[in-house]
Amino acid sequence: MSPIPSAAASSRIHPAATAPELLRNFCIIAHIDHGKSTLADRMLQLTGVVDSRAMRAQYLDRMDIERERGITIKSQAVRMPWGVEDKAFALNMIDTPGHVDFTYEVSRSLAACEGAVLLVDAAQGIEAQTLANLYLALENDLTIIPVLNKIDLPAAQPEKYAEELAKLIGGEPEDCLRVSGKTGAGVVELLDRIVELVPPPTGDANAPARAMIFDSVYDTYRGVVTYVRVIDGNLNPREKIVMMSTRATHELLEIGVISPEPVPTKGLGVGEVGYLITGVKDVRQSKVGDTVTNASKPAAAALGGYSDPKPMVFSGLYPIDGTDYPILRDALDKLKLNDAALNYEPETSVALGFGFRVGFLGLLHLEIVRERLEREFDLDLISTAPNVVYEVTLEDKTVVTVTNPSEFPAGKIGDVNEPMVKATILSPSEFIGAIMELCQTKRGELQGMDYLSEDRVELRYVLPMAEIVFDFFDQLKSKTRGYASLDYERIGDQVADLVKVDILLQGETVDAFSAIVHKDKAYAYGVMMTAKLKDLIPRQQFEVPIQAAIGARIIARETIRAIRKDVLAKCYGGDITRKRKLLEKQKEGKKRMKTIGRVDVPQEAFIAALSSEPAGSAGGKDAKKK
Amino acid sequence: MSPALPEGDQAPDDGRLPASVVAGADARAFGVYLHVPFCTVRCGYCDFNTYTATELGGGASQHAYADTALREIELAASVVADLPRRPVSTVFVGGGTPTVLAVPDLARMLGGVRDAWGLVDDVEVTTEANPDSVTPESLAALADAGFTRVSFGMQSAVPHVLATLDRTHDPRRIPDVVRWAREAGLAVSLDLIYGTPGESLDDWRASVESALATGVDHVSAYALVVEAGTRMAVQVRRGELELPDGDDQAAKYELADDLFEAAGLGWYEVSNWARTPADACRHNLSYWRGDDWWGIGPGAHSHVGGVRWWNVKHPRAYADRLDRGLSPAAGRETVTGDGAVLERLMLGVRLAAGMPLDDLPADSRRSVAGLVADGLVDGHAATGGRRIVLTRRGRLLADAVVRTLVS
Repeated sequence: MSPIPSAAASSRIHPAATAPELLRNFCIIAHIDHGKSTLADRMLQLTGVVDSRAMRAQYLDRMDIERERGITIKSQAVRMPWGVEDKAFALNMIDTPGHVDFTYEVSRSLAACEGAVLLVDAAQGIEAQTLANLYLALENDLTIIPVLNKIDLPAAQPEKYAEELAKLIGGEPEDCLRVSGKTGAGVVELLDRIVELVPPPTGDANAPARAMIFDSVYDTYRGVVTYVRVIDGNLNPREKIVMMSTRATHELLEIGVISPEPVPTKGLGVGEVGYLITGVKDVRQSKVGDTVTNASKPAAAALGGYSDPKPMVFSGLYPIDGTDYPILRDALDKLKLNDAALNYEPETSVALGFGFRVGFLGLLHLEIVRERLEREFDLDLISTAPNVVYEVTLEDKTVVTVTNPSEFPAGKIGDVNEPMVKATILSPSEFIGAIMELCQTKRGELQGMDYLSEDRVELRYVLPMAEIVFDFFDQLKSKTRGYASLDYERIGDQVADLVKVDILLQGETVDAFSAIVHKDKAYAYGVMMTAKLKDLIPRQQFEVPIQAAIGARIIARETIRAIRKDVLAKCYGGDITRKRKLLEKQKEGKKRMKTIGRVDVPQEAFIAALSSEPAGSAGGKDAKKK
Repeated sequence: MSPALPEGDQAPDDGRLPASVVAGADARAFGVYLHVPFCTVRCGYCDFNTYTATELGGGASQHAYADTALREIELAASVVADLPRRPVSTVFVGGGTPTVLAVPDLARMLGGVRDAWGLVDDVEVTTEANPDSVTPESLAALADAGFTRVSFGMQSAVPHVLATLDRTHDPRRIPDVVRWAREAGLAVSLDLIYGTPGESLDDWRASVESALATGVDHVSAYALVVEAGTRMAVQVRRGELELPDGDDQAAKYELADDLFEAAGLGWYEVSNWARTPADACRHNLSYWRGDDWWGIGPGAHSHVGGVRWWNVKHPRAYADRLDRGLSPAAGRETVTGDGAVLERLMLGVRLAAGMPLDDLPADSRRSVAGLVADGLVDGHAATGGRRIVLTRRGRLLADAVVRTLVS
């Protein structure tokens, strides 16, 4: 039969009435830019779910921002029919986020699948984040289907990378499928292989329902749309359901599958993947990883693996125009509806005015949130250097959690704990020396090193997370000419010799520039920051000392000399209007300045001092190979 | 005149002024500025509205220029007729280089002013002049025509500095031209520029000393400003010249002020020094005091009772409008409220006479103490005389003082 099943065959794969053995749930593990979305587009076309006329590039990536960055943040599940030897199957493709910040979401997406397509660019080979997700998939006992994409590219080296993949997951290089998402070559074979190799789901149809939430999206018109994978039992329209973590009961207003637009169904049975709408308005009421069960016949135990998203990186976000503060607040409130990991609280900075201290999953998350705030809400923002969360034990043994350097306790303190990460770096072997040197300066400890192939190596390090959020990405990239890729995950804390360095302007602390750094790096930070500010702050009518200090101890100092001349030499009849307008402009400019003590500091100086912090530019796209 | 005209409101074709300008006109002096938009050489640093071609066509050509300017004087006379009658107390002919015009042309223009409004008995009539465009005869002829004062563009006494400035005159000629002017009965001023790329502190000292050696009674000294659009700005951008540094200019200002004071010349405005109050340039004082004046010529600015306007820039466009019986004004503005306060301040604090403290809004008065503490405003003048008078450091930071007072 044709790969698109006939009407007769399709009748056997109606949602809520599909035998589990006819279901195949899979995801695609790929690095950003390795062509996952394009491959998904081809699958949608070949299975007849989307016709060519309605096709648009990267169909499944909903938000503009994702489309532009070429990355998928919100996973979705698409149900596609596929026929093999007269038999119709229902394939559920679960889209997974590709970045380190969203590891938890990835793990839940993987838990919704029995198989994973490991998609690797045939011209670039596997990347660190893909490798991390592959290990995650292997831990979940997923069946891996290795696929090399972009075989149409002249630079493709399928033999080389097939061998690399075979080495990583076992098996023969010949098992590696070769496809082109762009031309469609090999995609039919891939769909066949998914049916052939991915195990059908198993579950107890008669047990109380247990469905795992693997994604939750806020829609302006529908409220929260929750994506679930049914493990046991079944969910039916209009019944009451219970979220097992919160015990909250909701009525199912709609249940259905995505194909690729939402289609209401008579329910979802064992092994099936679909969506629920309950009318809740906040994704926090429908949390990823939670278990949904029937209210009438609730399951005794929730599915495992649930955890609350924990912010790992904090940054202060401030509107450049102080009057935008209420807009920023409303904007964060709106984004929060669709982002369970986003949390924030109001914060006031002497230098920057009113803003919010915002917690993020990581740097990409930070960057995406910031970009959405600026784009969707037309805000101009300034963000302080990102920092991690420290646990400071005071002498009296009380523990203070520090998410903002300015909260770092003064005076005598006991231990300071900082979060650590396990980092995996994949790189051509020629850069090993440079990478080791970099990791050394970042207080890293080498855990191991393996050759993936003759000229590609995997390095494993334990590093303080603070060093990663600072400027690690950028430096790694520049030291390896863009070839290295990085993945990391949290692995607990370590006690470290950390100090808070304050920056003082004419004796007044500028809170936005306080930083928690390792003792050995305090001096370098102080010298760097005072020098930077000296260049950025205009000379005043008086001398201005800029100091870096640890507590009361000054560790670096620069001086902005008093300005000596600020007068237009000539001011005759024809100069008056022009000169008055110039002064009016300067007067307006002075209004926009922040006054620290008596020092007028233009907003731009803060922005320049903060934004040239390399951390702001780190993100998913930066870590990729060029 | 700076080359870029300000943004303003549309000026009416007949040049009529609003009725508001009449109030208080009796108390304001009335002066006339005559612009001569021609030079023989264009200097690299100069951003004034001036042209080196002799033939710009029509009424814009050098030989026809006096007649064109006279037409604007007639128009001005009809507009000003609405105000109380005030004879002209000062006339200033600037450029460009006024002395590229023949003395009879300059005399005819001055005659036009006299015919239109009359001149006060002790009228001050100044012309700017290049040291190499005058002779004992031409200076005597100017005096005969009614001129009382001449301001020479000396700029520097140091050949390499003059070369950087594209000035063509021989510095050795300065004592001669000063003597000739004095012999003709003219009061004399010398213009100096400091902070030219390549000028050392000693170069500057030599220039100041050589100006003082002429025994001159009035000096203007200006920090060089490299204006956008000038040839010098291009040279700076290309790295051929190093931009004058503010600290260097401040040091040179202080040196000059010391030398002038020692020679008996006191500052009466940020960039102007005179031997006695009578030696000050009354025409220029009227700019800083907010008096009325009419600027004749392309690109010239005028001020009457809070209304400021400026003429079209190009001599051709200027002549065309006058040919068609239209006002040559390109735009105008009426300065009121905060703008007027700012203007009074920025002009008033430039003067050694300062400005009355009580003319300031209450908010501004409150920031005076801080400025005294910072050494920018004279404490005695502020407390005793209730006037804001800048200290020398304050003069160098006059704009910062103004911003502090209005913020």
